[in-house]
This record gives sequence, C-alpha cells and structure tokens, in this order.
Amino acid sequence: MSKIVATAAVKGSKKVVKEAEDFLNKAISEKSESQRVEFPDTAFFFPMAYALLGAEVKTLGDIRPVLQEAKSLLHNEPTESLWLPYLGDALDSGIATLLAEEIIVGLRYLYKQEPQPDCIGFFSDTILRQLGIQLVDGRMPGFAAILGAAPDNKIAVDIVREFQKRQILTFVGSQTNGRSIIDQLKEENVEMGWDNYIVPYGRDTITGIYPLHWAIRGALTFGGHRKGEALKCLKYCKERVFAFGLTLGYIDEVKYATGAGAIDMGFPIIADTDIPEIRPTGICTYEHLVKEFDYKKIVPVCIEVRGVKVKVSEIPIPVAYSAAFEGERVRREQTYIEFGGKYSTAFEYVTTKNSDEITDGKIEVIGPEIDDVKEGSALPIGIYVEVSGRKMQKEFESIVERQVHTFLNEAQGVFHMGQRDMIWVRISKEAKTKGFKIKHLGVILHARIHEIFGTIIDKAQIYIYTKQEDVDKLLPTARESFKFRDERIGAMTDESVDTFYSCTLCQSFAPNHLCIVKPERLGLCGAYNWLDCKASYEINPTGPNQPVKKGEVLDGVRGEWRGINDWVKLKSNGHLERFHGYSIMTLPETSCGCFECIGAIVPEANGFMIVNREYSGMTPLGMTFSTLAGSVGGGNQTPGFMGFGRLYITSKKFIVADGGLKRIVWMPKELKEALGERIKIRAKEEGVPDLLDKIADETIATDTEKLLEFLQKVNHPALTMDPLM
Amino acid sequence: MSDKEKSADQVTNKMMDIACKNDIETAFDRYDAMEPECGFGQLGVCCKNCVMGPCRIDPFGEGPEKGICGANADTIAARNLVRMVAAGAAAHSDHGRDIAHTLLMTSQGKTKGYEIKGKEKLLSLAKELNVKTDSRKIEDIAHDVAEKCFAEFGQQHGELQFTRRAPKKRQEIWRKYKFMPRGVDREIVEIMHRTHIGVDNDYVNILQQGIRASLGDGWGGSMIATDLSDVLFGMPTPIRSVSNLGVLKEDEVNIIVHGHEPTLSDIIVTASQDKELLELAKQKGAKGINLAGICCTANEILMRHGIAVAGNFLQQELAIITGSVDLMLVDVQCIMPALGKLATCYHTKVISTSPKAKFPGVEHIEFSEEDALPIAKRIVKMAIENYPNRKKEIVNIPKDKMDLVAGFTAEYVYHMLGGKYRSTYRPLNDAIISGRLRGAVGIVGCNNPKVKHDWAHLELTKALLKKDVLVVTTGCSALASAKAGLLIPEAAKQYAGKGLQEICEAVGCPPVLHMGSCVDISRILMVLCNVLLEGGLGDDISDLPVAAAAPEWMSEKAVSIGFYAVSSGVYTVLGIPFPILGGKEITDFITDKMENVVGAKFGFEPDPLKAADLIVKHLDKKRAALKLKPVMYGE
Repeated sequence: MSKIVATAAVKGSKKVVKEAEDFLNKAISEKSESQRVEFPDTAFFFPMAYALLGAEVKTLGDIRPVLQEAKSLLHNEPTESLWLPYLGDALDSGIATLLAEEIIVGLRYLYKQEPQPDCIGFFSDTILRQLGIQLVDGRMPGFAAILGAAPDNKIAVDIVREFQKRQILTFVGSQTNGRSIIDQLKEENVEMGWDNYIVPYGRDTITGIYPLHWAIRGALTFGGHRKGEALKCLKYCKERVFAFGLTLGYIDEVKYATGAGAIDMGFPIIADTDIPEIRPTGICTYEHLVKEFDYKKIVPVCIEVRGVKVKVSEIPIPVAYSAAFEGERVRREQTYIEFGGKYSTAFEYVTTKNSDEITDGKIEVIGPEIDDVKEGSALPIGIYVEVSGRKMQKEFESIVERQVHTFLNEAQGVFHMGQRDMIWVRISKEAKTKGFKIKHLGVILHARIHEIFGTIIDKAQIYIYTKQEDVDKLLPTARESFKFRDERIGAMTDESVDTFYSCTLCQSFAPNHLCIVKPERLGLCGAYNWLDCKASYEINPTGPNQPVKKGEVLDGVRGEWRGINDWVKLKSNGHLERFHGYSIMTLPETSCGCFECIGAIVPEANGFMIVNREYSGMTPLGMTFSTLAGSVGGGNQTPGFMGFGRLYITSKKFIVADGGLKRIVWMPKELKEALGERIKIRAKEEGVPDLLDKIADETIATDTEKLLEFLQKVNHPALTMDPLM
Repeated sequence: MSDKEKSADQVTNKMMDIACKNDIETAFDRYDAMEPECGFGQLGVCCKNCVMGPCRIDPFGEGPEKGICGANADTIAARNLVRMVAAGAAAHSDHGRDIAHTLLMTSQGKTKGYEIKGKEKLLSLAKELNVKTDSRKIEDIAHDVAEKCFAEFGQQHGELQFTRRAPKKRQEIWRKYKFMPRGVDREIVEIMHRTHIGVDNDYVNILQQGIRASLGDGWGGSMIATDLSDVLFGMPTPIRSVSNLGVLKEDEVNIIVHGHEPTLSDIIVTASQDKELLELAKQKGAKGINLAGICCTANEILMRHGIAVAGNFLQQELAIITGSVDLMLVDVQCIMPALGKLATCYHTKVISTSPKAKFPGVEHIEFSEEDALPIAKRIVKMAIENYPNRKKEIVNIPKDKMDLVAGFTAEYVYHMLGGKYRSTYRPLNDAIISGRLRGAVGIVGCNNPKVKHDWAHLELTKALLKKDVLVVTTGCSALASAKAGLLIPEAAKQYAGKGLQEICEAVGCPPVLHMGSCVDISRILMVLCNVLLEGGLGDDISDLPVAAAAPEWMSEKAVSIGFYAVSSGVYTVLGIPFPILGGKEITDFITDKMENVVGAKFGFEPDPLKAADLIVKHLDKKRAALKLKPVMYGE
C-alpha cells in the first residue's frame, strides 16, 4: 500500500462510514429501530456483515453494531513524515468501507432508491447458484468489476468485448466525472444482463458493494464456512473467486477505500490512470494495485494480475466467439436468416463412422448459402456431424450432440435453441455483414468438437443440408437413432452397472463435497448424468469425473456400497464417512451449492416438499429456497434436507429409502408443470395415478396449516405411510 | 584520549571532547589504559575454577599444555564459556522472574501502581498454558498464569512450556541431543556443577549443557520476561519518539532511567506525569519533567510510552557529563560502577534501586512493588529538588537528536500486514519467496570500546539494507540505529535496496524494525515461528534465510543469546570472537561442526562489511536450499 493510496483509503472510509451513519440516523428517526430491512432473495441478510461479523441484520436497530464495528476500524491518516505502518490500517479502512456501503445500499432498498434505472442492484442468491457450475467448469473463469467511465464509448465497448471474449463476467458501474460506463454501453446498444456476461450494478461507487458481497456469499454457499468466520471467508474469496477491479478514470477517495476492501478479499485493482502501484504480494495472490495506460493491453493485464485462467478458443470465423455470447438473443428485427422453429424443418445429428470414411475438417453446405437468400428468409437445415476416434463409443454421440447447442450459441450473432429435431437457429444481420456464412456453423462445430472432445474424437466432418428434400430424406435416420438412444439410457439401472462416477468438479469451490453420479441419479446441478461422466472420464482420465467401483452392497434399499463409502471418505478429505444414495433422512448425499432443487422434510405432513431454485416465493416450511439452501450447501450432511437435480425426481430410485415419489407433498407450480408428464408415468408405476393432483403448490398452500388441510382433503398417500421420524 | 574518533555517533564524539577538556575519565579512557588486554583471558585458556591454579595454557605450545588437574585448552575454554552462558541466562531469567513476581503480586492486589494492561495477551497465554478463562476475573487468570510461569524457573523435569512454540522439527533436535531445557534454574545450576573442578571435562558435553541452559533463557526466562511484561505493561505498538543526548532539556528536570527491568521504569513514567510533582517542578523553575532512558529499560518505556532515549551503553557516563541530568536511577545490568564517582563531579544524583545491585558512593532507595508508586514519586521528587543545583555554566547538552519509530512485536506484524480481518504474515513470506527480500537479520547486542562505538552496528546494518535484507533489532544495537536515523520510515529510500524499498513502501514501515530490549530477542524467535507457520519457507528455523549478528557485544547475556540463537537454528555472526580461540577443537566446533548438530553455527568477523558478506552468502545458500528464486533486484 503506498502512502498516497493508504491516505486516500483512510479518508474515503471515513466519508463512507459517515454517510452510512447519517443515513441510518435519518432512517431510524423517520421510521423506527424495529423497521425491517432486507435485500431481495437472500438468506444471508446483509451478506458482508453476516460473513465477517456473524450479524443477522433484520431491522434498522440491528445495523447499529455493524456500524459500530465499521467505526472501530477507522484510523488516522498516515502523517507527512515519520509515518507509522499503514498497510494494516488501510486494509481495516477497506473493511469499514464495505460494511458501510452495505448499510447504505440496504437503506436505499428501504427507501426504494435501489436498484437504479437499468441496473440489477442486489445480486440474488439464486444467481449465485445458477452460475455455480459455470464458475467451476471454467466457462466463467473470473469476474471483472469495472468502476468509472472509459475516455470514449468505443473504448468502453472494446474493453467489455475483450472480457466477453474471455468469458469473464463483467460488472459495470460507478462513474467518473458524472459519467458511467453503464451509459456508455447503453448508448452503443450493448446488450447487458446476466446472459450477456455484462451486469450493470449501479452508477455510484457505493453500489460497488454488490459484486463484493455477492462474492463473499460464495464462501458461505460453496465453501461451507459459517457466519462470522471472517478470515476463512475472505481467504476463500482470495483463493477461489477470481475477481478483480478495473477503474477507468480518476480514482477518488471512495474508490480507493472500496478498492482497499476488495484487496482485503484478495481482489486486485487495475487502473488506467497514473496511480502509485503496489506490486509486493500477500493479501492478494499477485500484485495488489497496478496501472496500465494502453487500453489494448489492459484486459490481459487484469487477467495476469489476478491469475485468471482463461481458455480462449481461436475459431476462424468473422464474428467474436465466447461463452459470454451464449445468452445473447438475436431478435426478429436483427435476424437475417433463420432455420427451424416453426418456420422450417430442422435437425442436428451426430453419428460415428469408421476413420477411413471421414476426411477431418471437411465442411460442406449442400444447398443455398446465406448469400443466396433474402433478408428475413427461413431455410430448412440438417446439421449432420460425422465423427470417428479410437476411443469414440456409440453412447457418447448424444453427449457430443448435446454440445452443438452451446457451441453454436457462443458465436456472436448466432442464436440456437433446442436439440435433436426441435432446433431453431438464427443468424443476425450484423454477423452476415461481417461475412458470416452458413458454412461457419460447421467451422465452429469442427473446432469445438476437437477442443472439447479431442481425447475421444480424432476426426470430424460436417454436412449442412439446406434443401428441403435432403432434410426430409435424412430426418428419419436421425429419428431412428434418437429413439434407440432413449430406450438404451432409459433401460439403464443402478444395478445394471458395477461402476458409478464421482464428480468433484465443484471442489474448487466446495472443497469437501463430491457427487456420486449413478445411472438413476444424475448430478445435483442437473448438468452431469452417468453417461456424461463416463465420457468426461474418457476425455480426461485424471479429471473431476472418476469411475468408482460400487463394491459390496451394504444396504440395497438405502443405496449404500462399501466402495462408494471408501471413495467418499477419501475424496471429501475425511469430512464425510458414508453416503446413502437414495435417502434424505439418513446420510444424505451432500451438495456443493449448485443444486437445481432442494428436498426438505415437512414433518407435519410426513412427507417432503421440493423447491427449485427458480422459485423465489415462500414454501410451507416458512423458508424460501435461498434460506433453505443455507442448510444444504458447502458439503455438509444435514438429514432431512438434500439438494438434487430436477430429473432425479422422476427416477425410480428417487428417495426410495424414504418411500419414494409418494412422499412428495408440495412443489412449485412451475416445477410440477415442467415434470408433469414424467411424474404421471412414474405415479402410475407407484400405484397412485393421480399423485400429481395430490401434490400441493404455492397456489394451494404456503404454510403447513393450509398444506395439511389440502393433503387431508385429497387423501395424500404420505399421510398414511410409515412415520418419517 | 587518542585523536582517533571513538564513535560513529558525532554526539558521542562531541561529549568525549568535553570530557577530555574537563579531564573526566570514561570507559573509553579506561579501555585505552587497559591495553594490552590479557591475552590468556582473550583466548580463554586461563582457569581459576579451583585454587590449585590459576592455571593457564601456553597458546604457543612452548609452556604448559594442560592445567594442574590435566584440563586442556578446549576443556578450560569450554568451561569458561558456558559459565558466561550461565551468568547471561541467569541475568535474563532473573529479570523474567521479577516480572512474574510483579504480575503475581498485582493479581493479588498487593502492588501499588500496576494494573494488567495487556488483557488480550493474558488470555492468549492462559489458553496456551491451560489456564481456565471462562467467567473468571482477569486477576484470577493473571494469578494462575503468573504461577505457571513462576513454576518454569524451578521445574526439575519435563520440558519448558514455551519450547512448544518452536517448530516440531526443532523440538525433535532438542530432544535428540538432550538440549531440551527441563527448568530454567536447573540448567544454570548444572552448568556451575559441571564446571566445578573435576566434573565435566569433555568440551562437547560441556557445550551441550551450555546450549540447554541458553535455551532455558531464550525460550524460558527471556520469553517469560517479554510475555509477562506485555501482560503487565501492555502490548507495544509502533510509536514515535526521539533519541540521543539531545533529548535532554535545558529547562526541564531531566531524569534518566538506566538498566533493564520495566517494573521500575514504567512506574517512573506514571510518577513523572503526576500533577503535584509537575507543579513542584514549576515551583523549582523547571518547565516540566523530562524522562529519558539508557540501555534496555529505555527500550521498554520507549516501546510502550514513546519515552525518549538518551543513549546506549557507552553513553551512560556521557549523559552525566552533559551536566544536565538531575537524577539517574538505575536497577540492574550494564550499569557501570564508575557512575558513582563520576556523578560527584556534577550535581547529578545517582540512585540505585535494586537489592541485587548496589554501587559504592551511590544512594540506595530500595524499590518494592508493594510501594512502587510512592517510591517512584519520592525519587522523582528528589530529582525535582535537585534541579536548582544544576550548574548552568557546565551544562552542555548536544543539540542533535534523531526521530525514530519503535515498538514492533511478533503479534503486531499480523496487524501491520493484514489489518484486523486479514491478519497475516503472508506478505512477509511472499516478500522473501519472491526475492524482494533476500531474508531477514537480527542485529542485536551491546557496545564495546574494542569497536568504534555504534560503528559496526551501523555499517553492518546499512550493508545489509542495501542487499535487500530486512533488519530487526533490539537492545543497544537498536539504539545505535535509532540515533543514526535508521528507524524512521524515510530511511528505506535512503538506505534500502529496491526490493526492500518496495516492501517498506507497501507496508509503511522503516527498513529496520525496533523490537525492544535484549530479553525481547524472544520476540524475534516468535517472528521466525510465525513465518514458518505461514508456510512456504521450510519447516524449521534453520531452513529460513535469516541470520543474527552482535557486532559490538560485550556482556555474558550476549553469550547466552548467541547460544540460544544458534541452537534454535540461526546462523550468528559475532564481531568479537568468544574467548575460546586458545582451544582449537572447541573453536572448530563452535564455528563449523555445530552446524551438523543444530543446523547453525557461529561466525567470528570483526569487519562489519565482511560480516555482511558472510551473512549474504548464508542467506543465498538458504534461499537456494529452499529452491527460491534469486533476489528480484540482484546485482
């Protein structure tokens, strides 16, 4: 910390703490000590205060001790000469600033001053969980928080595009001389939002707390750290959350103070102005404060300083390519050409051939190209991918095929939806102007298949059919294959294999958690089923998915195997001893934090409720998804509560030890609808064909009283089953 | 007095001139008069442990090669050396015992003027010593902690508590070679037994006991002294002050505290701020009461109260020669008997206070904890009453003084580098690992008229700073650095290499860190343990790129310190060799073979620049062994 920086940080912290104090006094005088304050959709109250102090801020009065702690962290500014050590003091100022900023934005929520126009405001727990898997699998290698405004709009756009290209989630906000990067991007029609990896948080530095107290929740959600474990939470951020700050323009005292707080979390700051650098390391992994005036170099400098591991795939196409473009939409008015949807016949299909039948890199468009049709047209399409490889297996075809969606979507100006024979593809006018052709879809697929599946696929060739008669001719073959695949995976049972796969992908975030993926129980994130894991192991034999021999069956009903237990103990670093694969009530499998759903016991109903992470409303247990999630994540076993993937619900092995599907008494309506058909089939097998109608949802009950009333009315089977407890 | 400059400190030289003009004798003159010093004594081959002799071995091989009992030069040198260890360890440990005693009495409400200021440290010690703290009064906790520490001195078997703070590997070495101290006093007593006529005659075995007793000092007596001082008088944190004789004031009552123990000096600080006494001082024509320290007691009140430092060991007489000291009160250790006679030439009253230390011609006011504050007030009052006797015409206060920042502790490093929430040693470890710092060196010890005053301290310190070595310092060496302006943060720019400069700039600290008095070398041991715990630099102290030096040492305490430093794994370079050179085997052992046993050895090198080279080579060797990168801004 140079003296200038420390001085500014100390001064800035005093300002922010004073602002928080004044605001709090005002709020208490206008409302009352017992006035409730809260951020939307979080189980962590004021997350920074919760993580660092263990404080559960629910009312204005609860803020007082947090403010007191912030005040106790304020120090004198370093003197002109004969100064005393200032690094520790400046870091204290940083923490004081974060606590005070959180108080200010919390109070703003109370006064409905947040979120600011065009801004996200507080980042919810749900977002954190949804992004969890992308954070760990490298699709989202880091976060940038940009504060200020670029010298001109072009530079602003260039910088965020550079981050997008590298799949780095970029938070934009704050301002320099009254101008914010948010408005610069807005003026340039840059699409913002979570799906685009560009998230506007607010137009002042105080709102810079949003990404920071979002990041600290990672330590609580995935790291298994408890409230008040300040050092552990901060070090978790340093070691596992690859975030950094980028300031554009003059750095005022509040920015320095906020920056000091970021540094406390291990997040370095990169500036485009002439500031004193802090290169010695220790609080952050590498340098703490670095300057770079060249905007062409500034993004690579950020990445280097934070040590973000970025995989950039260079694909020879005329548009940018990155996971950050996966969520980008191509709207009707932006579309030059489209395929499928309700406009034409379309399918995609991956099939295995012998090596000598394939010329690697052969990409052919059979039929009209983009230049042959008018703007706004629709063409049929058949994307026919043939692959070969010594380690390629027929059962991996579906895995490769499922990636076509992601591969194509990640190109800027290309939109892809659906799978198999239900796809919908659009290419934007802008992409067309840049020279994008239909053939480039093949170029993308070829490059990405080699990149992702290089260890199992040696050769790939792609035919893209755009004539109706060709598409019609090939479609039945593909459909035949789809049907075959469904039957095969559907027929697989946990008993039919001797090997399960472990998934430790999330250990980068949740060091003591692992999933045991079985044919009848997919990973809790919903992204990895048994076949995926098998393929993943083939692709990367030392990777996160390892085969585990089941070994001796210790309890067939509860799903306990000696081989699995041994592995669980080893891979959880001794944290866990045993798993029951099919039970919530005894030794349930643990969660990292990325679970799609939570199952939780409703003791009064003698059953379980299920809540999916998209549902932010109240459940009969009196807790939201976010609150419940607090007792499930972090690799801890909590009998009665468990995280799992959506599709597990309709598995025949769904909590069989606890009575199976018949135990489900409540689910959000949306989940019920999404799984409706499958539940009906399973319910029939279970002998309760009308089970779906007996499961309550939020339109029926959000408290146990109403729930019980309903269950009794419909005579829900759980009520007469053996007692759960 | 010869023409040659006696000191690297110009204030000292000026005062020597004044002494010379007035025909006042000082240690410098007495040293000149003593030359040539006894060669047998210097070589360590003179034995008077029984009265068959005194015996002495002829170092040239022309006279006796054995004493009357048959002891050879190595045996005699070893016996003499470990007796020095015994005396040094006894001095430090008695200091520690006194602090434990004061804490115990304070916990029982039997003292006047003391309170438990370091509650946090008390609680952490209680935890370490298995003293219950839940819902107990702080006094009761203090009582039990004091008793547990007290017990360390008389303990007869087992291991000293604080040796457990050392890295596991180090503890194993101590156990393997029977170096592990059983009790503080026991090991000192055993030295006296073993060196009695006809007991231990194998020099290696004799040294083994010397090592054991020294560890009882470093990880026992000294460590207790430091820790319990922190409990009683509060944890030091960085603080500004000034140093050198220029801190004495023409128009205020000047009181100098000299010696070692904070029990006395700390209470004098309180007394000197007493309103009634300040009023009395005004009545006597003084603008205030000016307290200043000499030697380690100066370091104690400097660290905790920012009290100015008048000077180090060889300046004690010069302080009186300024004619401005109204009262000098002394306790124990490093107080020259010459003060009594010297004071008669001036109006200065010298007051001895410890029942353990009386001086011919010096008034004795016995200090006791029960009446600490009243006694302290009485002494301050005497100083005030003596102020009008100052002979203005012979007052000669040098103008020069120097700013300083002092008060670093092993505990403070955590805050200094990480603040409250990220408290850590990581940036220090990273600095060493990355090569911004080559390593760290403790420069400690006394003054000795054999060496130009302060010169070797300063030359060595500056040479190491230039090589990106962080210097930590205690005792009279710290005061030498203070006077030369090395303890101010601005010194980094002037003296430090680029890497060290970057660290100082990032942290805001001086390139030389003042860590207290000579018992506080235990703080340096704790820093080393903390660095190892932080990780990345090996698993034993001997793995670290660190070293120690005592370029101007003279006291037996320094011998004990040197022994526990080396036995803890720290390469230690002495500016004056141990008096053992007459014994070839023992010299070879101490400066070479010892490394095979404890992982470190002594070096003897009077030239501070050559000493710096030795140390830099050693640090580079340790860096290479740890597979660290070369220093970042190497030559």
